[in-house]
Amino acid sequence: MKKNIWVNLGFQAGALLVAMLVTTGILAAAGAPPFQAYWSMLKGAFGSWDSIVTILISWSPLLLTTAGVLITFSAGLWNIGVEGQMGVGAIFTTGMMLLLQDTSLPPALIIILGILAGIIGGALWAALAGALKVFGGVNEIFGGLGLNFVATALTIYLVFGPWARPGVASMSGTKPFERELWLPTLPGTSLSLWALGLSILAIAAVYLLLRGTHFGLRLKAVGKNPKAAFLLGVPTWQYSMFAFLLCGALAGLAGAIQVVGLRHNLLPNISNGYGFLGLLVAMLVNYQALWAAPVAFFFVALNTGSVQLQINYKMDSSFAGVLQSLLVLLVLLGEGARQRFLGTARKAEPSESEIRNKQVK
Amino acid sequence: MDTNTILVGLAGVLALAAPILFAVIGETITERAGIINLSLNGTILLSAIGGFAVACETGSLLLGFLMGMLVGALVALIVAFSSITLRQSQVAVGFVLALLGRDLSYFLGTPYMNISGPRLAALPIPFLKDIPVLGPLFFRQDVLTYLSFAIIFLVWLWIFRTRPGLMLRGIGERPAAAFVRGANVNLMRYVYTIIGGAVIGLAGPAYSLNVKAGWMGYQSGLDGFGWIALSITIFGGWNPLRAAFGAYLFSLLQWLGLVLQPVLPGIPSQVLQVAPFPLMILTLLLVNISNAEWVERMLAAMPEGLRHVTTRLLRAMRASPPASLGVPFESE
Amino acid sequence: MDVELRDIYKTFGAVRANVGITLRVPAGTIQGILGENGAGKSTLMKILSGFMRADSGGIILDGRPVSIHSPADAIRCGVGMLHQDPLDFPPMRVIDNFILGRKGGLLPGQAEAARDFKRLAEQFGFSLNPDSYVDALTVGERQQLEILRLLWLGARALIFDEPTTGISAAQKEKLFAALRLLAEQGKTILFVSHKLEDVEGLCHRVAVLRQGYLVGEAQPPYTTKNLVEMMFGKSISAGERNPCAGGGSTLILDNLSVEDYRLKVRDVSLDVCRGEVIGLAGMEGSGQGLFLRAVSGMVRTVGGRILAGGKDLTGKSYHAFKRNGVAFLPAARLEEGLVSGLNLTEHFVLSEPPDGFFINWEQGGALARERIAGFNVKGTPASTVESLSGGNQQRALLALLRDPLALLLLEHPTRGLDIESTIYIWSKLKERCKQGTSIIFMSSDLDEILQYSDRVLVFFSGRVTPPLDASMLKTDKLGQLIGGKGWDEFTTGKSA
Repeated sequence: MKKNIWVNLGFQAGALLVAMLVTTGILAAAGAPPFQAYWSMLKGAFGSWDSIVTILISWSPLLLTTAGVLITFSAGLWNIGVEGQMGVGAIFTTGMMLLLQDTSLPPALIIILGILAGIIGGALWAALAGALKVFGGVNEIFGGLGLNFVATALTIYLVFGPWARPGVASMSGTKPFERELWLPTLPGTSLSLWALGLSILAIAAVYLLLRGTHFGLRLKAVGKNPKAAFLLGVPTWQYSMFAFLLCGALAGLAGAIQVVGLRHNLLPNISNGYGFLGLLVAMLVNYQALWAAPVAFFFVALNTGSVQLQINYKMDSSFAGVLQSLLVLLVLLGEGARQRFLGTARKAEPSESEIRNKQVK
Repeated sequence: MDTNTILVGLAGVLALAAPILFAVIGETITERAGIINLSLNGTILLSAIGGFAVACETGSLLLGFLMGMLVGALVALIVAFSSITLRQSQVAVGFVLALLGRDLSYFLGTPYMNISGPRLAALPIPFLKDIPVLGPLFFRQDVLTYLSFAIIFLVWLWIFRTRPGLMLRGIGERPAAAFVRGANVNLMRYVYTIIGGAVIGLAGPAYSLNVKAGWMGYQSGLDGFGWIALSITIFGGWNPLRAAFGAYLFSLLQWLGLVLQPVLPGIPSQVLQVAPFPLMILTLLLVNISNAEWVERMLAAMPEGLRHVTTRLLRAMRASPPASLGVPFESE
Repeated sequence: MDVELRDIYKTFGAVRANVGITLRVPAGTIQGILGENGAGKSTLMKILSGFMRADSGGIILDGRPVSIHSPADAIRCGVGMLHQDPLDFPPMRVIDNFILGRKGGLLPGQAEAARDFKRLAEQFGFSLNPDSYVDALTVGERQQLEILRLLWLGARALIFDEPTTGISAAQKEKLFAALRLLAEQGKTILFVSHKLEDVEGLCHRVAVLRQGYLVGEAQPPYTTKNLVEMMFGKSISAGERNPCAGGGSTLILDNLSVEDYRLKVRDVSLDVCRGEVIGLAGMEGSGQGLFLRAVSGMVRTVGGRILAGGKDLTGKSYHAFKRNGVAFLPAARLEEGLVSGLNLTEHFVLSEPPDGFFINWEQGGALARERIAGFNVKGTPASTVESLSGGNQQRALLALLRDPLALLLLEHPTRGLDIESTIYIWSKLKERCKQGTSIIFMSSDLDEILQYSDRVLVFFSGRVTPPLDASMLKTDKLGQLIGGKGWDEFTTGKSA
């Protein structure tokens, strides 16, 4: 057992090393002195209070989407539609606040209702993907992808159509809300401790949910072996739907926070890739919630630091994304190599029914 | 709008569809062999910048297109190796590659931002170009668009009218039965995944050297094409002809979005462009619904006669993906 | 073609599937291969057809030793196999299936193939439309297509694996006529079956396998008793019976009907009393599995009523059955019974009704330790289930069952287990019976059926006998019923 853990760690470290080697090569090929580039990234991420604040600001939505997809992954579902769920959350929040902003309700209540609406919106959008999967047999990847596009179109329609900024409608989004409808931020920054607190709360809750509750255990059973889970008494499809709803709610919350905490309006591409990045984080931590928060932090630090590449070397900040996905890819490949070449003996003769299942499928 | 404008517009739709078409046809080849290459979005962007960069440096369009194909083939090789040899999840690896390719292309593309590079010129075909209606529509295009026409029929012929194509269908459908008939299933899966990847890799340069020549980073308008192509592959039912129909329909709707903009001021063009997606989801629903458990339960509750009729109806509606799509194969 | 298998050995882990099997089949012979499930027939045929490689031993065709590494090699040597579930491509056309796998140029040569297809089909009196799709064909027609295809590829020896399962009587006649014609043409036929009647009526010679050994050969005229004895071995003494303990029925089936795409089980009526054990006998796929899953609530019934634990559960879900004290243990322990990746404590927590929102791990661990000790499972609360041996997985499954139970349904409770585990499992099951739980189990081990059952239902192609008193039942009689013989006495009344 012990030895296995060390082999595992060895492979993870190896993957990180190879990823760094490859990216170093890429940096050199692009004409940047690699070590100075890494140093400037490090400085860019942690060199000033401002940059740390920036990291903390982007940490919240990533924590939320990661927390969400950890739930769907646990249930064995690839919720690629998390981007769209975040987008629809933002739409619902904006809608609710547009509806209420001219009423006499206290601003705090409007904000809370807006956030609740976002949660509901994200959950509804996820429920749609879930229903397509559970009742319609549509694979959640393709259902989710389609719904992502529809969500984007919906956002653009609203930004340019009914909710267009008076005067000229543009990609910069709807008219910003009044200041009193913003989430309070730390003085002099746009960091909202409310948003940060909610996100940390969410990832901690998901960690507890998956580790210490009957619900989480049943969800994992459904994800690992739906047939056996069913026989053990778990209502399988209801749990799949629950997983979608919860993930959608968290993604919706992420969208809501982007609206009330950071952007203060609805704009196209408000999900900003946080959904996909959340999927990457979940894959990298091998779907274990414990490490999700630090890895997500590392990822947003990379994002923040890579902006320096743009400033200092005129290079695109997508370098962070390259490093992130390369790391995940190499960890996946390393895991495959470990199972294939070092793993325990392969299963002996598959049973008759297994062969038949394989063929009939 | 007079007839001529419409004809030119429609001819533009055919050319505009070429990148999507290459991607869809390449993915169709791959999935027919039972492998899902989910990396499309990254592959296309990476092949677009790769092709554009090579064409800029060498001045050779041909080398640019070859570079695109090489990029596509290499990415496909990673997909094949990790799913066939290492037995990792095709979905996970493909998804990561989609993101990696995208970010890598933006990163590597910076030096080529907004510079003018070579562009494929139109090559009207003598005589044929003068046929009324058909001439301007089909025969005043460029080489790549002609190739996109040809590849639809070539791949269709290969899959449905040749002996190796028959085996290709068999491998994706039921690898065990193909194995009994002498196929080296995993080798063929490698080969078709790589060939499919090379075809997908044409999509990038078809865009960056033709449809919208140049590289404009995030403004290139190419991001998202891969996801769209994946959906159209399903819409196309793994048949190149139906897939081509999907690709042209998509481009047509995109064009209509631009043309109708002045007529329907309330609806932004981007909305019209995604009109195919609800349509796609609906198609998937109709195609898959007979697999759902509640349908089975409902069927069991029906009287015998009605049950048989309904079963028949559901079967007819079902479009069947290759039955072993995404399922690894192991001989003894 | 003369086919000779010489001294074939094959083992899978600890299981010896073929032990020194030597068999010669001269050209023009229809050779029957008889044996119960797991006797080693399929392994032997898979070795001959290139699906598997023997650990040692040789294959000699027409006097020449050959090495066969793949099914493609086998067909090149003239050996073709028809699998029980035909290995074809359902969504493709008949003619495409026919051509697929034949070497040749780029174009499939459809016209020529269609001509050959027609000629071959006429020869055997098969009426198959080359343009229809295979998924619209019956199993019998798909077999016909495979026969024609293999012959076209030059097969001179043909292996049939349980070919009469799932086909109609008329198609069986056609198949047998074709097989006789093939034998006349000098082809060699290997006919693998467990159906005594078919083997007796068709085969020129019969070889019987039991537990990996070739235990005997026979030639016509066959005596059924002799074949059954070779297949199943000598009968052993029956175990202790539990007369009905009183206290009424735990399960009443009233004209229960259930069906899937290939089988129909009709109008089964049964009254099971407290503590009774009912054994379901029959070859794999004769309907007993379908029946068992219907009684567990997993498969929807199409007629009749199910009353369990005093409640009418007809049409209710599996979970409703479970709530009313009906438990089901599947044969595929790791595929359906247990969740790989979760440990024993997690399984025990899963199987109990939740006692709040958070899991009390201490309580779960205590429960796991208690059950692990009580059921003698070799493992710790933190062991993942896939790390346990088969016997310990089965013990764990039994340990997961809730108390009390009205009815316990088991698929192959001791398949793949050693003697010690088998005896232990049954002692635990009998304990349950003493507490009033009734048991219905299916097994392909006749000894197990006779030793532990109070009454037995025999299944054959979806037909069911009335409940037979196990103490009056002899192994040979049971073997005959399983093989489809001696059913006439049941036809007068309503079946079962």
